Amino acid sequence: MSFINKPKVRHPDLPKNELGLTRRDYEGAMSTLCAGCGHDSVTSSITQAIFELSLRPEQLAKLSGIGCSSKTTAYFASGAHGFNGVHGRMPSVATGANAANRNLHYIGVSGDGDSLSIGFGQFAHAIRRNVNMLYICENNGVYGLTKGQFSASADIGTRSKKGEENQQAPVDPCLAALSLGGTFIARSFSGDREQLVPLIKAGLMHKGFALIDVISPCVTFNDHVGSTKSYEFAREHYHEAVHTDYIPARQEITASYGEGEVLPVQMHDGSQLRLRKLDREYDPTHRGKAFEYLRTKLRQGEHVTGLIFLSQSPHPDMHEMLQTPDLPLSQLPYEALHPGAAGLASILKRYA
Amino acid sequence: MAQSQATQDRVNDFVIKLANVNGTGSASANTLLMKSIFRMGVPVMGKNYFPSNIQGLPTWYEIRVTREAYVARSGRVDLMVAMNAETYAKDLREVSPGGFLIFDSTWPRSSVLVRDDITILGAPLARLCNENFSGVRNRILMKNVMYVGLLAALLEIDVELIRQLLNESYARKPALVEANMKAVQLGYDHAKQHLPCPLPLRIERMDKTRGHVMIDGNTAAGLGAVYAGATVGPWYPITPSTSLMDSFKAFCTRLRTDPETGKQNYAVIQAEDELAAIGMVLGASWNGARAFTATSGPGISLMSEFIGLAYYAEVPAVIVDVQRVGPSTGMPTRTQQCDLMLCAYASHGDTKHVLLFPSNPEECFHMMVQAFDLADRLQTPVFMMSDLDIGMNDWMCPQLQWDDAYRPDRGKVLSREEVEALPKFHRYLDKDDDGITYRTLPGVSAKGAYFTRGSGHNQYGAYTEDSAEYQVVMERLVRKFKRAKTLVPAPVIEATGTSDIGLVAIGSSRGAVNEARDILAKRGIAVDYMRIKAFPFTKEVEAFMASHEKIFVVEQNRDAQLRSLLTLETDVPKSKLHSILHYSGLPMTSKEIVEAVAAELGDARRASLTAAN
Repeated sequence: MSFINKPKVRHPDLPKNELGLTRRDYEGAMSTLCAGCGHDSVTSSITQAIFELSLRPEQLAKLSGIGCSSKTTAYFASGAHGFNGVHGRMPSVATGANAANRNLHYIGVSGDGDSLSIGFGQFAHAIRRNVNMLYICENNGVYGLTKGQFSASADIGTRSKKGEENQQAPVDPCLAALSLGGTFIARSFSGDREQLVPLIKAGLMHKGFALIDVISPCVTFNDHVGSTKSYEFAREHYHEAVHTDYIPARQEITASYGEGEVLPVQMHDGSQLRLRKLDREYDPTHRGKAFEYLRTKLRQGEHVTGLIFLSQSPHPDMHEMLQTPDLPLSQLPYEALHPGAAGLASILKRYA
Repeated sequence: MAQSQATQDRVNDFVIKLANVNGTGSASANTLLMKSIFRMGVPVMGKNYFPSNIQGLPTWYEIRVTREAYVARSGRVDLMVAMNAETYAKDLREVSPGGFLIFDSTWPRSSVLVRDDITILGAPLARLCNENFSGVRNRILMKNVMYVGLLAALLEIDVELIRQLLNESYARKPALVEANMKAVQLGYDHAKQHLPCPLPLRIERMDKTRGHVMIDGNTAAGLGAVYAGATVGPWYPITPSTSLMDSFKAFCTRLRTDPETGKQNYAVIQAEDELAAIGMVLGASWNGARAFTATSGPGISLMSEFIGLAYYAEVPAVIVDVQRVGPSTGMPTRTQQCDLMLCAYASHGDTKHVLLFPSNPEECFHMMVQAFDLADRLQTPVFMMSDLDIGMNDWMCPQLQWDDAYRPDRGKVLSREEVEALPKFHRYLDKDDDGITYRTLPGVSAKGAYFTRGSGHNQYGAYTEDSAEYQVVMERLVRKFKRAKTLVPAPVIEATGTSDIGLVAIGSSRGAVNEARDILAKRGIAVDYMRIKAFPFTKEVEAFMASHEKIFVVEQNRDAQLRSLLTLETDVPKSKLHSILHYSGLPMTSKEIVEAVAAELGDARRASLTAAN
């Protein structure tokens, strides 16, 4: 970690967003992660994305589990409430929080140990419920805080720092999410900010569960030769199939795209995603084809990144399934929740 | 007739036990029978002993007709309705001398059904059903309704009341009322023609059920959650708590659906497991909703990690533990009070939790509301310790009352204006010196934002690994728990003013203790009674134990968990506390208490005589 605290002084010319806030207003506590940790780059991209989206910090709720990745929520948006739960159980806390107040933006940050081993069940069920949240899995294939054990996302044949070879099949969160009915499934690389920032914006604005699996190398335990989650390996083998541009509702679309390259997608809040297909064969709106594409590329040793799948068919989120009102449940007036003494007497008639 | 003196004075005071096969609709028939007696103004108690199974295993229902309104089992069986040939031998043995047994005489009497000291009566129920109804399933169902008619004749139950009850149950299906009434009438007429009606065990109209209801604790607790203003109910199915969330959901569907939009002012979420259920409760409570879950012992075991987080990070949570027999899977459809230690100290590290002990469905209703107020006020998990007996059996209790002046106590939650007026917000700073700190809800303002975490934190809410900072928070939590002692409900004490012998009990043992005290009083043994309603123990609990020389602690578990908790958490000398333990899985009877008290006092008297000699 770095031991220099940032000075409080602000440059008067720092760019401001629509709320008049600067990027500094979206920062959090000083990171205590290792220098060069991929997670800190993710933090930076999250900060940039929410700054650009002009969200008020308090409109955001940050949730995490346990592990290096889960510390991330402390390092951005100190003006947002945070909840650092227990290992692998962030999805349930996020689900409950979301049930209580549908009006906040929920961002959950987890890791491969937290999401794919101890918390695989909760991860899966939050996808099934289509909880309206952005779920970032900072994926480094290794347990950092306990010093270098393989995680469930470690690829077959990858080597640990001590030289052990992993023989178990990896859990790919994107493939899992595809099979569980996920409605927004993306993969990115912590070092590719240009790709990641628009994905985070799109994920936050997606109505439903948005997964971004971010390959985020562990400089201390998994950045050596022979690892498939190192910076070097990621740069060589993780390839973008679709690039996403996020265009806010109020902004005019000015960029020009070549014919047939771009798929415009309207978001529920009026913003638009423009998916630039880097591989012409690829269709990110077809679940089955997305699954097949990912599998085929994996067999070739390539990891697909970008917005892998975005559901185009109507898919109710948790609140639509529960038919809750627009007003958050936590804000319903008490009087609206029970029929009082007179109502009780009538309820009890059948028990008399 | 062979009945002895024992049955002569048993008008409105006897026990009917119905031996059935589960999955045959017997539960509805038995409830109908009980309810019709209740409608005649005669107090009743009903207990359902059912297997952890869907169809085909033995099941029993016990109805105590009790003019004195004793709500516990008496330990007697005066009339056995033996509808399950598989259990004839056991059922026959259970009948008290002078009692009666009714069996289905469609088939020849089993060689097992022989006993000289009781009266055995046969009625060809299956044959009558086959002659009068078609369809296999229908015949099975109608056989049960038919014995209700049979018993109506034998016990002089008003058949019109039965019709009225059927009308209420099947308001939208008049054809079902007619079919059921036909079966009732067939049974009734058969008994009138062929059986010695009425039996000495009879029902006579009284006026002792007016202003009362027959309701189970899970239904009452679900209703309590509605009145408490709970809006989020995450849960995972587990016997015997399932019907609690079912009840909450059913009441909400009825009471909280917007007639125009169809929107639902609640969220019941079936979680993937209990870990997720409690996680959702914490997320929702943290975010300002009143949230609760209902579970049983195995669920508490699974929830324990999160419960520790809620204790340390100070997140309100209401957890209903409808206790069942442990350890492990145990006997899921039998009752115990076996999770006291588990819940009092749930989770690793130093943790202590608030427990409430409802003694009947009426208290389930009110304590649900209290549980939410306490959880919000103390910002901590609160357990309502119900059990299968309270939760799943219909209990006669006073009509539930509601005070329209009630407003939820949401505790120390700062509004946006209050936060903005502060120089700085600190989540865990004890500003009022009562151990309870101020919290803010997500969304309130950037100034009120803080980080909720189960890792070490200081009083300002920041992460810490500093020993002194850690201890400041841990010591404040001790002060908060002391504060809880002054907020939880005090015990109910019934004292004679002269006795130095005390009975201490919690929860569903109440009925058995009340009856035992009356029986002991008739024998000249006066016993004071303290019914504890909450943990931590209030000063009244200490005072009662200090002012009594000999204290019997009545509880439904093997290891004397309440006694352990009392010795750990109060100054009472261990030697003062004598355990009366019942842990068979069936609700307790007064007899066990009477015998244990009498034996102990008798022994003590003998011992003192010996010493004097």
